[in-house]
Amino acid sequence: MTDASAIETIADVRAALAGVGSAVDVCTIFLERIQERDAALGAFTHVASDTALEEAATVDARGADDPSQPLAGVPIAIKDNICTRGLPTTAASRILTDYRPPYDATVVERLRAAGAVILGKTNCDEFAMGSTTEHSCYGITRNPWDHDRVPGGSSGGSAAAVAARLAPVALGSDTGGSIRQPAAFCGLVGLKPTYGRVSRYGLLAFASSLDQIGPLGLTVADVAAVFRVIAGHDPADATSAAEAVPEWPSGTANETPAIGVPWTLLNDGIDDDVLASFRTALDTLRSSGATLVDIELPHATYAVPTYYVVAPAEASSNLARYDGVRYGVRAPLAETADLTAMYDRTRESGFSDEVKRRIMLGTYALSAGYYDAYYLRAQQIRTLIRRDYDTVFSTVDAVALPTTPTTAFPLGQHADDPLQLYVGDIFTASANLTGLPALSVPSGNDSSGLPIGLQLVGRAFDEVTILDLAARFERERSEPIGRPPGLDPSA
Amino acid sequence: MMPDSEASRFEPVIGLEIHAHLLTESKIFCSCRTSFGAAPNSHVCPVCLGLPGALPVLNRRVVELAIRAGLALGCTVQRCSIFARKNYFYPDLPKGYQISQYEQPLASDGMLSYETEEGQRTVRITRVHLEEDAGKSLHAGETQSRHTTLDYNRSGVPLIEIVTEPDLRAPATAGDFFARLRAVLMAIGVNDGNMEEGSLRCDANVSLRPRGETALGVKVEVKNLNSFRFLQRALEHEIIRQADCLEMGEEVVQETRLWNEARGRTESMRSKEEAHDYRYFPEPDLPPIEVSDEWISEVRASLPELPETRKQRYLRELGLSATEAGQLAEQADLAQFFEDTARTAGNAKTAAHWVMGEVTRHLKTDGVGIDQVGVTADALGRLVGLVDSGVISSSTGKTVFEKMYGSGLEAEEIVERENLVQIGDRNELEALVTRVISEQPDAAARVRGGHEGTLGFLVGRVMKASRGRANPKLAGELLRQQLRAPGVT
Repeated sequence: MTDASAIETIADVRAALAGVGSAVDVCTIFLERIQERDAALGAFTHVASDTALEEAATVDARGADDPSQPLAGVPIAIKDNICTRGLPTTAASRILTDYRPPYDATVVERLRAAGAVILGKTNCDEFAMGSTTEHSCYGITRNPWDHDRVPGGSSGGSAAAVAARLAPVALGSDTGGSIRQPAAFCGLVGLKPTYGRVSRYGLLAFASSLDQIGPLGLTVADVAAVFRVIAGHDPADATSAAEAVPEWPSGTANETPAIGVPWTLLNDGIDDDVLASFRTALDTLRSSGATLVDIELPHATYAVPTYYVVAPAEASSNLARYDGVRYGVRAPLAETADLTAMYDRTRESGFSDEVKRRIMLGTYALSAGYYDAYYLRAQQIRTLIRRDYDTVFSTVDAVALPTTPTTAFPLGQHADDPLQLYVGDIFTASANLTGLPALSVPSGNDSSGLPIGLQLVGRAFDEVTILDLAARFERERSEPIGRPPGLDPSA
Repeated sequence: MMPDSEASRFEPVIGLEIHAHLLTESKIFCSCRTSFGAAPNSHVCPVCLGLPGALPVLNRRVVELAIRAGLALGCTVQRCSIFARKNYFYPDLPKGYQISQYEQPLASDGMLSYETEEGQRTVRITRVHLEEDAGKSLHAGETQSRHTTLDYNRSGVPLIEIVTEPDLRAPATAGDFFARLRAVLMAIGVNDGNMEEGSLRCDANVSLRPRGETALGVKVEVKNLNSFRFLQRALEHEIIRQADCLEMGEEVVQETRLWNEARGRTESMRSKEEAHDYRYFPEPDLPPIEVSDEWISEVRASLPELPETRKQRYLRELGLSATEAGQLAEQADLAQFFEDTARTAGNAKTAAHWVMGEVTRHLKTDGVGIDQVGVTADALGRLVGLVDSGVISSSTGKTVFEKMYGSGLEAEEIVERENLVQIGDRNELEALVTRVISEQPDAAARVRGGHEGTLGFLVGRVMKASRGRANPKLAGELLRQQLRAPGVT
């Protein structure tokens, strides 16, 4: 077969399978890489070697050329907050230690049906609350580009796994930027689909009205391929949309798209390198035929405070089921302890500080006497932000923004200042509040060589336009993104 | 002191909250079965167990039944209503919140209006909303275990909560209303009325105020009123307790109390300060419930006649008494049996008499429902026709009924075979009358002396002598004639 080290993308896997390679060979290559490299990274929380090889063998028995299996033999890593039947699914929380769900999330079911091979589960911030993957009961995940830096989060394990070539693609979940931000920090493409596009059935809920599952990959094509498999109406999720899943590549890409740039949002707090890369990216898009349009999103500045009311409010309710009664970990108790003590002790020891902080914030925001001032008001602002976008989408086809104000920061930098971390969601949270599709595509590197992401936001259910744009950008971007150190093709 | 007597200085003000299981095959948000009495935790799935990642999907049939209840209770059904989460911790509540409705319930502003001995009564319905039931905690003592055990079979069983305005003024009235409401829910096929199994449950809000006052007093919520008896007894007790409080110059404390049937009293469950803050917010996992005008019309058209409407029709069109109409109209299947009997018989009044008499008596002694009664409405109708037209006497009719019952024989066959045709021939009956008078000289003398009451006794003797075949009216007439008693012209 081909050179094992050359298999990185879905295209590489397909090429290998079309040649003399088998799905078992491909799976073995990735399992071996995990074995070699993951101890230093901590991307995986569970490696499903046995079942992965069985699944790969099934693909080999069936043949990898079945058109109903577009991901035949493609290994994939799954974020630990997505249910995988019989495999640990803990959302990196102590309260779910060793929990193995009796069912597959709809996305996992669809991946399996498409022939994908589940490599294992990836680390994340507990219940997806965070943007560094430092808040995990399994410990931190390191950024493959610089082991002293965070991979971003909350889907940091998925991002690190793909960036380190431990999996060609991975699933993440995005509630306020949790796919796009780690994609940007790790030099990947990451897509948060339109709310309702991908079933949430089997995703451990953080904020139900914001959560979406989406893919991370090395290329736009890989991300699109996984997206097409997991997207589409699911009767088990009442918020999933009936819209048909589009073909991609569309073949009818707009050659002269209009791209809106909300310059007024880009005033302060952005790294010079990030801003410079953004300007270069815009130049690239313009020279490839796009028109740039200055736009205003007057309410988008409220995205972070709005997000930090809505998301914790929903989380405070979503996390109530982790009570030690039916599953997960129940704190050891004295014979005499009453029910309240059981709840208190279980939740006190089962959740980390960040989760408790958000439960308390959310509980407060929903409390009698505060509901109108916080939750209701936040929902009203949400509507205003959505209207801002609706207005600009009457004249532009996509909105461009940096994905993050900075590149990956050192581990532990924000340990004592969660607010500083929350502010980092400034460019990503709007897409969750509005439900609009958004992706991050690598646009360059900062002076330290760390990757920078360009974010594109599209119209509802128009992932195709931003995927087309990103693919065009991927082809024409001026500077190569490079590879994490130690992963040079020659190595 | 009777709490609801005129003598009391205080007027009770009562409103009810009724929880009714909807008669669906499957649960409100998953496809698990709703049947009662299955092995613990055998009708459960990730959704109704609240497993991580599971999501609710609304069962359309649930909405349909709730619309049915809303319409039957004269409510406005909202074109768009929303689910909300009611957050509280309890082990039998698997998600840590109950999916319910809060703002924008499915139906609101209705009423239930019905005849009582004191005239027409109207109780306003504030709202009818949808929610899911919780599982069941079985505490030590209720099971073999020394631990509390949990059965989630009931988790996710669909409920409607019906909230009334505080329009009730006495325990008996509240009990009567609950019974009427139950009859309506059963008649429209929404609920099975089974309070023992918990498919119909009731809580009450009760406050007292000085008579003549319009402002409401401090209210107490009394829970666990799961039979008519509990409801009435709990309210009686609670009214006395509050009246005693007020009489002694104390204030009633706003709280939730639990009826303890064994001790015959209400007991404090939690005070206002301990009351849960349920932190209601719109359920993000479920889109709004959209109900089209067409759907409402469809459901309205499929609604059966309600007991009260039927009763009014019986009074107005069939000339039944209030008691007859009330009793026959109560249950749809009995009402149907009666109407079929009346149609064949050609006389509603006599048919009513028979259904309420012989038929009901049989149902009671045999312990069966009308669907298992040993005679068809048609056959009974023909029997009633024979009696009504005087072909057989009514006492012969009863004999014939017994022979028909369970045998499948027709009244005509029995009458013919056993030669039971009523003796309506004057000459034939005259001889019997003469014989009875001679056999009963004392009774005859009393009738001659003007003692009208004894005439019935002699008619009875004539009936007996004729083996029930005598026409009693004619027999009375002939007796009077022969005894020259008054009343005959």
